[in-house]
Amino acid sequence: MNSTAVTGHEAATHESEPGFYGTSWQKLMMWWFIIGDAILFGSFLAAYGFSRISAVNWPDRTQMFSLNFITVMTFTLITSSATMATAVAASRRGDRKAAFNFTMATAVGGLAFLGMQAYEWYHLIHNGARMDTNPWGAPAFGAYFFAITGFHGSHVASGVLILLITAWNAKRGKSGPEGVELTGLYWHFVDLVWVFVFGCFYLI
Amino acid sequence: MAIAQAVETGKAGHQAHGRDHGHPAGFIRKYIFSTDHKVIGVQYLLMAMLMSVVGLGLSLWFRVQLAWPGKAAMTPEQYVAIVTMHGTIMIFFVVSLALSSGLGNFSIPLQVGARDMAYPFLNMLSFWIIVPASAIMILSFFVEGGAAAGGWTAYPPLSALSGFGKVPRGSPGSGMGQTLWLLAMALFIVSFTMGGLNYVATILNLRARGMSLMRMPLTVWTYFVAALLGLLSFPALTAAAIMLLLDRHLGTSFFLPSGLVVSGQQAANVGGTPLLFQHLFWFLGHPEVYVLVLPAIGIAFDVIAAFSRRPPHGYKTSVWALLIIAFLGMIVWGHHMFTSGMNPFLGKYFSIATLLITAPFAVLGVNLLASLWRARIRFTTSMLFALGLISAVGTGGIGGLFLATATADLHFHDTYFVVGHFHLMIGVVTMTGTFAGIYYWFPKMFGRHMNETLGKLHFWGTFIGAFALFVIQHFQGFGGMTRRYFEYSADYVQPALALNPAVTWFAFLAVGAQIPFFFNFFWSMFKGKKAEANPWEATTLEWTTATPVPHGNWERLPVVSGKPYGYAEGANGDAHRMQNAEA
Amino acid sequence: MRSQRGAVSAWLLSSLLILATILTVGAFFVLKWRPEVASEHGRGVDRMITYIIFAAGFIFVVGHLVLSTFLVKFGGKGTAAYKPMTHKTEMLFTIGPVVFMVAVSELGVLAIGGPVWNQVYTHKPDDLVVDITAKQYEWISRYPGKDGKFGRKRPDLFDDQENPLGLDRKDPDAKDDIVVRGAVYLPVGKGAWFNIQSWDVLHSFNVPVLRAKQDAVPGLTTHTRIVPTAVGRYEISCAEICGPGHYRMRGFVNVKSEADFAKWLKSQVGWFE
Repeated sequence: MNSTAVTGHEAATHESEPGFYGTSWQKLMMWWFIIGDAILFGSFLAAYGFSRISAVNWPDRTQMFSLNFITVMTFTLITSSATMATAVAASRRGDRKAAFNFTMATAVGGLAFLGMQAYEWYHLIHNGARMDTNPWGAPAFGAYFFAITGFHGSHVASGVLILLITAWNAKRGKSGPEGVELTGLYWHFVDLVWVFVFGCFYLI
Repeated sequence: MAIAQAVETGKAGHQAHGRDHGHPAGFIRKYIFSTDHKVIGVQYLLMAMLMSVVGLGLSLWFRVQLAWPGKAAMTPEQYVAIVTMHGTIMIFFVVSLALSSGLGNFSIPLQVGARDMAYPFLNMLSFWIIVPASAIMILSFFVEGGAAAGGWTAYPPLSALSGFGKVPRGSPGSGMGQTLWLLAMALFIVSFTMGGLNYVATILNLRARGMSLMRMPLTVWTYFVAALLGLLSFPALTAAAIMLLLDRHLGTSFFLPSGLVVSGQQAANVGGTPLLFQHLFWFLGHPEVYVLVLPAIGIAFDVIAAFSRRPPHGYKTSVWALLIIAFLGMIVWGHHMFTSGMNPFLGKYFSIATLLITAPFAVLGVNLLASLWRARIRFTTSMLFALGLISAVGTGGIGGLFLATATADLHFHDTYFVVGHFHLMIGVVTMTGTFAGIYYWFPKMFGRHMNETLGKLHFWGTFIGAFALFVIQHFQGFGGMTRRYFEYSADYVQPALALNPAVTWFAFLAVGAQIPFFFNFFWSMFKGKKAEANPWEATTLEWTTATPVPHGNWERLPVVSGKPYGYAEGANGDAHRMQNAEA
Repeated sequence: MRSQRGAVSAWLLSSLLILATILTVGAFFVLKWRPEVASEHGRGVDRMITYIIFAAGFIFVVGHLVLSTFLVKFGGKGTAAYKPMTHKTEMLFTIGPVVFMVAVSELGVLAIGGPVWNQVYTHKPDDLVVDITAKQYEWISRYPGKDGKFGRKRPDLFDDQENPLGLDRKDPDAKDDIVVRGAVYLPVGKGAWFNIQSWDVLHSFNVPVLRAKQDAVPGLTTHTRIVPTAVGRYEISCAEICGPGHYRMRGFVNVKSEADFAKWLKSQVGWFE
């Protein structure tokens, strides 16, 4: 964002209507992005449901996954949501150091999740799962599994990148509470999506 | 007087440069990589005009083939590709760009009283993503197998049978052309989503002081509703496009079922379902129609108010109608799939739900008409287009009654009735709205008027040509004439077929009428009659600033004191009150 | 601003709109605007269409008349002054159109359209069952033969010339299946229940004279029911884009008298007989 726009915008905030229930436009845009993205994931999961219901031999989840491992994975991601919330709180207090530390911790949690997901993928691929086929049953399983978890993984990966930038900015004082909070919103959303993905693939 | 006041403020702004709104230096920053919403709006308009040359050119080419088979030097392979590309280019790269992105960008910040979009850099990025998207779309004509040829709806299996890897090839156009088509569409969706985010954030958060939601001009309301609809529906197409790409290149079976045999070659796919794509596509596709049509209606409301010198009838009911249309628009996508093999019970539901939409649309139609009651109509070109829009909304709208009724759709589905209907709605309604907007805001854009004589020529040609062309296509649809046909031979279709040359002649008239417009647009930009700050004596905020509009739009942002349409004020009803006039 | 030219525009546009209305309405009397109809539910479809023509036509004509009148009355010189409507009148102009539109459109679809729609999708026990298979640019119909059973279709046995339905020689049900390329035969006055399938891409089994249209979707069997009411030869025109040859994907439905149909059926031999 260039300086012109910043001046333009700063000027505007004083001269404008208070906005939508006092929410800043940045946060508003993030919310709308999240709603749109949620519909995107919703479309994928609806398609998955559509196919799974009509398939005759959907693979048995207990054959493919180790639920313990996935629980650890999920736990890691949920924990990172907690550290993120702490980072937001720290940033609101003006504690730059804690904000940096906890944002970094969140990023580490995200990386750990990605690492475990990579292992999970390796494990499945090693056992013969592909986009177009798998040894356990309906081939659509592989397509949906890799597409949806991959799409979610790419969200986590970009989330980690954003976290690192936010942490860096928070440390230098360039990113205030609002910036950390926005990153937090996105991160919580990514975690929440995982809960649904987790439920759809591993629990049902 | 309010106008004088506005002009004064503008002048003062120019002389004093009181606060620096960062006038960007240099041609490139100012006109090419500009973050100014006004420049970006014009850039979108120019891009749309460029793409319309391609899109309309293609349509004339296949119209010749249809009217005089064999005279167009065209093969059936080219024909299906050209029809597909005409649809895609006109919907996404002409109408969407000109109306949603172009006029929306220009008018929204000015009408709500903001200095710029909420996120100007993102706005610039949205435009510059469209440039490669358009280039890829055009370049796809020149790859092996030619451009995408599965219809603008890109239904699989045809669009999924790419011929890559183990996947068999469905048709020449299903090759690389379809992949590039998907790529261009993906870029378009990214751009359109970012644009939509900007619209929503700007409208909700950057309104000038006093501009409550119920004081926003109807143009802004329609853009707002359209942006929300777009944000909620485009993700479904994104998901569908990703799955289609995976099916095409990685051999997955999202949309490809078991037991496919294509030109004697057995496919390895297992378990996919083609209907899934149709559901996802129309979950976007139907709201997309409203994304395009509603802003056109909104602009018509503003234009009609300005040139009939009275407030539009029923502001509040119009806003409610818009919201109801948006809601219903999200839950009726299945009416495009009555004969698709969907459960017949669902067909009934979609039919009943769709017909409910006629009610809020009737409210909008009545409000448009009633806005002329006891008016003092000024017949400018802009107004003529807005009046044309009323006729087109009515005529196109009642065509919807036929198509929303599942039973009647047994006869009409995929005939020229459908073609005529949606061209009236997302072709004529949207373009009359766009032209009304362009003639209306041109003085604000460039500080000069467009030539009225050329403008009237443009209107009569466009309106007569387009109206006749698409109404005749309804009759061809009654006759059972199927769409996307290279040639016709059946007995039953002969009476409908006889109308084809007439349709083509009217198409030439409608397209030819754009020549004076193009000339007028560029000529007036430099040589047109100089315009004052408020040449139409309109009352919304964009007319309170100077012409040409300074960077940052106002020296001091206006403070809104009343309703957007302060027409027919004063003792004799012949005065008007600016929206920021002091009480 | 309100010059003589304004008045000219008002009269021009106004008369153009009236002309367009007259031409559009008149076209229904002058043109042969729909194909004849030769099926039982087809008459229902036409009844539905006629109903909407009157409903929509009413809106079309009234809307354009009002618009044209307003243009002349309130355009150009010497116009009446605006007065705000009372809240009551305004509500009347909102609720009125809503009630009218909902009543007119829903009444049509529920009272006239619904029963016809059900007719098309209800399989009756004594229907003649016909199996339709679409593939790029060809319609293939199949009758179950004497045993009344259809043999299984196997993609791996498909051969464009020898075995376009992929029937299995060893399958006893398939042995006497009657396969006809490019044509369908039906007895007049008797219900026919269609199972429609496709080998490759989407097609649509569209017979305008019979007012029948049902997509052929690979991986899915779709259905439609037709009761032909007149002997004749009616063209099938594919109605879902299926490739460059979409336009030449033709076929014929031959509706014969009951005796002629029985004679025809008797003359046919099974695909593997």
